[in-house]
Amino acid sequence: MDIDLKALDGVFAVAGRDEGALIAVLQGAQDLYGYLPMEVLERIADEMGLAVAKVLGVTTFYAQFRTKPVGKNLILLCQGTACHVNDSAMVEEVISEHLGIAEGDITDDGLFSYNNVACLGCCSLAPAMMIGDKVYGNLDREKIEKILDDIREVALCE
Amino acid sequence: MRIVVGRGSCGNAAGASDVFAAFVAAGFAPAITGCVGACYLEPIVDIYYDSGAKKRFVRVDEKGTDEIIKHLKGEENHVVDYTIGDNDAKILLEQKRVALVNCGVINPEDINEYIAKNGYEAIKAIVAGRTPEEVIEEVKVSGLAGRGGAGFPTWFKWNAARQNAADKKYIICNADEGDPGAFMDRAIIEGDPHAIIEGMMIAGFAIGSDEGIVYVRAEYPLAITRLEIALEQARSGGYLGKNLFGTDWSFDIRIKAGAGAFVCGEETALIASLEGERGMPRLKPPFPAQKGYKGKPSNINNVETLANVPWILRNGGCAFAAMGTENSKGTKVFALAGKINNGGLVEVPMGATLNDVIFGLGGGIKDGKAFKAVQMGGPSGGCIPAELGDTIIDYKSLAETGAIMGSGGMVVMDEHTCMVGLAKFFLEFTCKESCGKCTHCRIGTKRMLEILERITNGEGRDGDIELLEELSGAIKEGSLCALGQTAPNPVLTTLKYFRNEYIDHIKHKKCTAKSCRPLLTFSIKEDMCTGCNLCGKHCPVSGIKGDLWHVHSVENSSCIACGKCTHSCPFGAIVVE
Ligand SMILES: Cc1cc2nc3c(=O)[nH]c(=O)nc-3n(C[C@H](O)[C@H](O)[C@H](O)COP(=O)(O)O)c2cc1C
Ligand code: FES
Repeated sequence: MDIDLKALDGVFAVAGRDEGALIAVLQGAQDLYGYLPMEVLERIADEMGLAVAKVLGVTTFYAQFRTKPVGKNLILLCQGTACHVNDSAMVEEVISEHLGIAEGDITDDGLFSYNNVACLGCCSLAPAMMIGDKVYGNLDREKIEKILDDIREVALCE
Repeated sequence: MRIVVGRGSCGNAAGASDVFAAFVAAGFAPAITGCVGACYLEPIVDIYYDSGAKKRFVRVDEKGTDEIIKHLKGEENHVVDYTIGDNDAKILLEQKRVALVNCGVINPEDINEYIAKNGYEAIKAIVAGRTPEEVIEEVKVSGLAGRGGAGFPTWFKWNAARQNAADKKYIICNADEGDPGAFMDRAIIEGDPHAIIEGMMIAGFAIGSDEGIVYVRAEYPLAITRLEIALEQARSGGYLGKNLFGTDWSFDIRIKAGAGAFVCGEETALIASLEGERGMPRLKPPFPAQKGYKGKPSNINNVETLANVPWILRNGGCAFAAMGTENSKGTKVFALAGKINNGGLVEVPMGATLNDVIFGLGGGIKDGKAFKAVQMGGPSGGCIPAELGDTIIDYKSLAETGAIMGSGGMVVMDEHTCMVGLAKFFLEFTCKESCGKCTHCRIGTKRMLEILERITNGEGRDGDIELLEELSGAIKEGSLCALGQTAPNPVLTTLKYFRNEYIDHIKHKKCTAKSCRPLLTFSIKEDMCTGCNLCGKHCPVSGIKGDLWHVHSVENSSCIACGKCTHSCPFGAIVVE
């Protein structure tokens, strides 16, 4: 895949170039490319006058940043305490079975990936997961499969 | 007449977005509000009639929305099915609301509704005629202590930051809400963002700062949006910006989204993260009040702490101090979750008992199961067993149990939660979230996790409990920040109150909660099996043998204890031991 590094200019225009802006820049870049490929990290280091090691160090410290691509729909699967007590292990099992992927993988059609995260703040609806900005709660096997199938159906129509 | 739909993240997840859209489609102009706390009743719709009467409808699904629309149009309807029950209404009324006073009442996206509730009056009055010292004194009188976990007196921190002269100081709001299983701060920002802004302004005035930063958790997109809207409205309304209220005092606030690291809730790590660094804590002193963000004196407060501040300045420190116990003043918000009937947010005066919260407001345990324990304080906290349910909620009493007040997460567990498994869960968390700076925290938590994994896999050995205790002591002593210093707490409290479960796992290879898979065996009760073969169809490893309409059996050598057969059997013939 060709990466359009020019597009990063927009990110710098919003976040700035001083050292304190690094996390905001990485967030902007990830929004743009879906993940943070090495070329992008090198370019960021260059633009901000930082060592690549420093940029990579910050990138790998925070759970939000990914250095590998993800599917079009990234499922954030809650593994917080309330979800754990309400069987979030089942949710992961159903998702990984239904989509045939493990955490961090992409489905063959490029539509889905999933990541385990700690608490989405909707603990009273545990077990919960988030896709895009939408949170789904009180999950059970049927509900999860339906949510995934619905998204796939919409995507195939497009 | 006004239609108000509860649209916090939790309401939306329960279907409030669809309800809202349906009202719009039917030609109404519904308003929104934040989370009222009764998450188990979501989606919630309030109707304020022109007569002044108000009705609350709960668990409003598609049909419920139709019924309410018919009701509003004066057509025949069944809204009674959705009207809030007396008991649920009472639960909301019984609470003492200070931090949550506007949550679920006002529209968080409309500054005028906050102003109509006397919003921004406290800061105006202060700027017009009180000194920073007087403000700090008022907070001192209130007895307000930090709600972020440590419970440190708020006035003391403000005073320290005030005393340190500098050309620039910062007020930082800690909205990182790292405890997995807690959502008080999210709900407050989503439901009453102006209260946080006003709280930060008051703190800013008190310490002599002109700039605030809110550090919000990345997983809270709606909170960030609501806060952005609120900041924009406050700026255009003249509540934020230069030369406020005709004085020479200026104050503005910006948002910084976190990037997913639990340790960044710790104040020195948070500052490092704000500066664009890896979020690693450093040794204190210097405290942030001396040398904080960009080396300047900074004051960091939790969201709920700040939400209490405007109320205190409006009603006086004495009114706040009148609530609570000798050593803990005011109220506390708790996020009730886990195996509880009424999951959601509750606010109670300090001094209420755990049972008041769990059985009174929380409605007891789901599915009539037995209450086993409640986990408070997240990964830094501990488990309090059912026997200690009459412990009162104050900093001291909770600490005596080995748990902590924490930030307000209360995860309730029933007989099916394995306490060794729970300890393992928390160690997995802290091990993953340790920033790696201190050897004891980085490697010690890993070793503890390995032991717990061994135990829950049925490979526990004699001496494992003692080893866990020894490691716990070493990690507590050898860690620089509270992440490591408190990481062993979930293990220590479960060892203290549920030692037998550890022994069962290690010696008898048994998990009484029936949750550790490697320790479970499945069998089929002959007299109940009809031979329908449903279990066989569901078994992913073809581990169930038997001819159709003849008694089946589980082949233990291939069984992976996934439990699918148990769920599929319509006759309850599968026994798990
Ligand atoms: C590992 C760790 C995580 C923390 N996470 C949070 C958090 O998510 N939110 C919070 O307000 N305080 C958190 N704290 C406590 C803060 O360091 C700090 O004490 C608090 O924000 C101060 O505000 P307060 O005095 O108003 O409570 C955390 C502390 C540690 C050691
Ligand atoms: S524990 Fe899953 S949403 Fe909080």
